[in-house]
Amino acid sequence: MFGMAKELLRQLFKKPFTNLFPAKRAPGSVKDFLKAVGEGKKKLNPPVPVPEGYRGKIRYYRDKCIGCGLCTRVCPAEAVVLIPEEKKIRYHMSRCCFCAQCVEVCPVKALETTQEFLLADYKKS
Amino acid sequence: MKGQWCFMAEKETMRHGKQRLDTGAGRGDEETMQHAKGGTSFTISIGPVHPALKEPIQLDFEIEGEKVKNADLRLSQAHRGIEWIGTNRNPIQILYLAERICGICNVCHTLSFCRAVESIANIEVPPRAQYIRTVTAELERIHSHMLWAGVAAHELGFDSVMHYTWRAREKVLDTIEILTGNRVTKGMPTIGGVRRDFPEKHHKRILETVGFYKSIFGKLQDMLLHDPVIEARTRGIGVLKKEEALALCAVGPTARASGVKRDVRQDEPYAAYCDLGVRAITPKEVLGEVHGDVFDRIAVRLAEVAQSADIIEHCVRNIPEGKIVFEEKPIKVLAQLRGAQGEGIGRLEAPRGEVFHYVKMTGQEAPYAWKVKAPTYSNLLSILPMMREAQIADIPIIAASIDP
Repeated sequence: MFGMAKELLRQLFKKPFTNLFPAKRAPGSVKDFLKAVGEGKKKLNPPVPVPEGYRGKIRYYRDKCIGCGLCTRVCPAEAVVLIPEEKKIRYHMSRCCFCAQCVEVCPVKALETTQEFLLADYKKS
Repeated sequence: MKGQWCFMAEKETMRHGKQRLDTGAGRGDEETMQHAKGGTSFTISIGPVHPALKEPIQLDFEIEGEKVKNADLRLSQAHRGIEWIGTNRNPIQILYLAERICGICNVCHTLSFCRAVESIANIEVPPRAQYIRTVTAELERIHSHMLWAGVAAHELGFDSVMHYTWRAREKVLDTIEILTGNRVTKGMPTIGGVRRDFPEKHHKRILETVGFYKSIFGKLQDMLLHDPVIEARTRGIGVLKKEEALALCAVGPTARASGVKRDVRQDEPYAAYCDLGVRAITPKEVLGEVHGDVFDRIAVRLAEVAQSADIIEHCVRNIPEGKIVFEEKPIKVLAQLRGAQGEGIGRLEAPRGEVFHYVKMTGQEAPYAWKVKAPTYSNLLSILPMMREAQIADIPIIAASIDP
């Protein structure tokens, strides 16, 4: 009957489940905090590691690409655009929906998924 | 243009549905006029932005004192044009568009679309892929029902239960991330199979997750079903009688909580459910009697979490060997689909009820027509009889009880 009350008491003596990323205490200014991390003055609280096979940001190897355009045919978000003159593609990360269908279809493995997931930015480029 | 027609057809069905409900509810013109004369009742409208549920619908309540005398529904407040976008894309691209129709039940929409296209092109899905599809769909059901249990507790004002259930939900999300590569948007089914295999090393992880949900099941029941506060807030609230559920074509847990034994997994088994013999769960099996109220809906959904755990365990232990997709190269699949002509449907049981996809292909790369019916659309009308004679304070939980 008092299921939740018991659970609440038990929770008092447990470590919090949430991983406090990027810092244990909320910094006054995130920009200043990241600057300090860049200078090596402060440390980041590491994120929960992503598993193997995670579909993160797509990496494009321009020199491997043969310009066959298969990726543009399967991309649902028009994030991959073919440049016919150069026989290369342009990858727009801000349009990408991270389905990794282009990675699957590429015959020369010029595209691959990475573990990168911190993709928010102020600029699109 | 085609999309517009779909939209108008939607409106048309809504109008018919409403007429039927009005006669069914026995609300005559005299009664309405009386309210207008007496001046004791007034109408408030809630929505269309976030009316206790995150869907753009507008609810008009005729209120007398603290009681809701009558409720009305206005739909079609947002048109996303997804079906029209789909008619300009090829089936491989539509997979990811279908995934975005509903964030929580994304496998169901993709799978439903895949089944429609597979039936047109006569593609046979390998048995191993069928089992993987079933496991993914059931993991999603656990995730959706745990999320809903938290939302229901939140609407009742019992936030500690919400945090507990959402914390428990993390386990299945992490497992989904390991198996499919993303926490929510799985991108798992493809035309003719699935995109990723479950290697041997992941079986242990799935069984561990299933074991976790079985171990906390008793605790969850204790928290949600044996709690005097929750029982007082939900027993006898938002009652949907069996006849009303049948007349309004309710689907999924909403229909099952009213005692209707309706489940696509039982009536028309797909994927690996043919080997499993799934039975629809009604409150009769869980609690012994059927009331059709919000409490019953909580009980049915909790029992379905346990049922899903059993299904996953059985599937993982008996998964057959073999290929996971009939043709590995998506470009070859597209070439085969270009020659396909005809109409196909895909229906299956999502966490909220029946998902229905209709696809027509005419030998072009893009389908000629694509129609989607999501389960909430079928369930929305059943909110109206539930709202009758309800207190204003109970509106959020009743609206949330169909799991919109």
